[in-house]
Amino acid sequence: MSAPLLDELFESARTGNRRALGRLLTMVERQDDNAVMVSERAHRDAGQARVIGVTGAPGSGKSTITGRLAAVSGAARPAILAIDPSSPLTGGAILGDRIRMDNNVSSSTFIRSMATRGHAGGLAVAVPDAVRVLDAAGCDPVIVETVGVGQVEVTVAAAADTTVVVVTPGWGDAVQANKAGLLEVADIFVVNKADRPDARGARRDLELMLDLGHRGDWRAPIVLTTATEGEGIDDLWSEIERHTSYLHHSGELIRRRCRRRRSEVADRIELGLRDRALRIIDDQSGESAMVRVERHELSPAAAAEQLLATLIPDNPPEE
Amino acid sequence: MSETPGISPLSADDQEPLRVVLAKLGFDGHDRGLKVVARTLRDAGMEVIYLGLRQTTDSIVAACEQEDADVIGLSMHNAGHLTLAPRMVQAVEEAGLGVPVVIGGIVPAEDVTVLIEAGVAAVLGPGASTEEVVAAVRAAVAHQSPAR
Ligand code: B12
Ligand SMILES: Nc1nc2c(ncn2[C@@H]2O[C@H](COP(=O)(O)OP(=O)(O)OP(=O)(O)O)[C@@H](O)[C@H]2O)c(=O)[nH]1
Ligand SMILES: [Mg+2]
Repeated sequence: MSAPLLDELFESARTGNRRALGRLLTMVERQDDNAVMVSERAHRDAGQARVIGVTGAPGSGKSTITGRLAAVSGAARPAILAIDPSSPLTGGAILGDRIRMDNNVSSSTFIRSMATRGHAGGLAVAVPDAVRVLDAAGCDPVIVETVGVGQVEVTVAAAADTTVVVVTPGWGDAVQANKAGLLEVADIFVVNKADRPDARGARRDLELMLDLGHRGDWRAPIVLTTATEGEGIDDLWSEIERHTSYLHHSGELIRRRCRRRRSEVADRIELGLRDRALRIIDDQSGESAMVRVERHELSPAAAAEQLLATLIPDNPPEE
Repeated sequence: MSETPGISPLSADDQEPLRVVLAKLGFDGHDRGLKVVARTLRDAGMEVIYLGLRQTTDSIVAACEQEDADVIGLSMHNAGHLTLAPRMVQAVEEAGLGVPVVIGGIVPAEDVTVLIEAGVAAVLGPGASTEEVVAAVRAAVAHQSPAR
């Protein structure tokens, strides 16, 4: 794609053209030949939007909350990026988050559903790029919904300025496996489905955990919501705004974004290296090393060491 | 037609999953078939953007634009297909989307040709097999953008 054409797409997207924005997102989602250019172009204008991550157990109410948040934000052009897992067997996915959002959001809200598409680590680079594109197109806030089941998903949600972790009454058992991971990334807790018994109990559990664990000068507040009724959403938005201003005043925003970009670059290096690793194994030197491994003359570790040296010399030559 | 420069049908290879928007138009609560179709298409490797009940042509067009969908699938059981399906096709044309519309549900045999002439890509009925559903969606997309 030519640079003027790309400029035109961005210009359309900025003026609210949904198709243009939709197409730009497809390019970064596919990480195709245009993706680097799109990302580069977006990066120039990005950094304006507040990025909010919403994560939590499956079915906890993330989409309902996210849709409501976009509505109460009062923003002119909020955007939602809703991420769902692809089936590892077929690569297909049912992206069903919109169904819980559509009734609550206005037509100025841009919603994009994204499947994880299985490629190892791919999500880690596609999502920041998608957020970047939405940001550069003038959307604000950008709310990212992910299921907080695995480490990757939690990391993705945590790649936000403000991370909201959603739990429900009796949540402790449901997310036992990843409790620590979720607790660690939370800037704000939501106990959703407060219409159900023992929402207060869930709040108490969280308070106790925060008493034990929290560090630093921001203590994650706990908000009770009944998202289906819209109850508590105003309070949640207030807490998000309070966190936003904390981020600004403390200098934490700059530090966070800096950390985020560092890990994004690291993720990209990792992906690139993995690609090259696979290629090098298949090329001549790789093949002869592999033959020796098969003959038990060379250990896998030694083979890796040897091939790695051809990828990255220990002492890089001066340019 | 509201053409947006630089946006033509994507020339996808087999690497990229098809993106399908599934919805029901208007007041028609029969969503069982749509849910079956959603699973069928997912199992065939497609990404299904499930909008569910009570959609309008506008909400479907908006979703297609935002999601950069390749095809729209509608399920119709309330005898409104002769008005609603052509209206959907027209809305897609007006938006300059160039995505095909596939429908399923309860459509009497004599209405099928009417709908095809109105620009609907395919019509499926009760008992359509998994293979038929998948093939109809794939064929509709292939026909729309032969580049694939
Ligand atoms: C189950 C059912 C219901 C359930 C619906 C439950 C639900 N959540 O879906 C309930 C009891 C609620 C119901 C209510 C009514 N129903 Co009813 N219902 C049926 C019934 C018996 C089966 C439908 C079904 O689920 N089939 C199973 C699914 C898997 O099949 P399918 O939907 O056809 O889908 C297949 C294909 O068509 C195709 N397909 C479907 N959609 C799509 C989309 C795409 C993109 C593709 C590729 C393929 C595809 O693939 C699927 C797999 O093969 C049909 C009779 C029948 N034989 O179809 C009547 C029927 C649809 N109902 C009918 C009527 C009249 C009603 C009511 C108005 C009755 C009343 N007076 O109250 C209400 C209306 C409710 C409402 N709000 O809309 C009529 C419709 C008549 C018409 N269109 O001319 C039918 C045909 C019965 C009849 N013979 O009169 N109904
Ligand atoms: N009783 C009650 N039900 C709720 C509440 N919020 C959401 N739900 C319901 O919980 C179900 C799941 O809601 P979603 O918003 O789709 O939850 P989610 O976390 O996005 O789900 P996934 O994306 O599938 O993980 C839906 O049936 C909602 O209607 C609530 O406050 N109270
Ligand atoms: Mg959801």
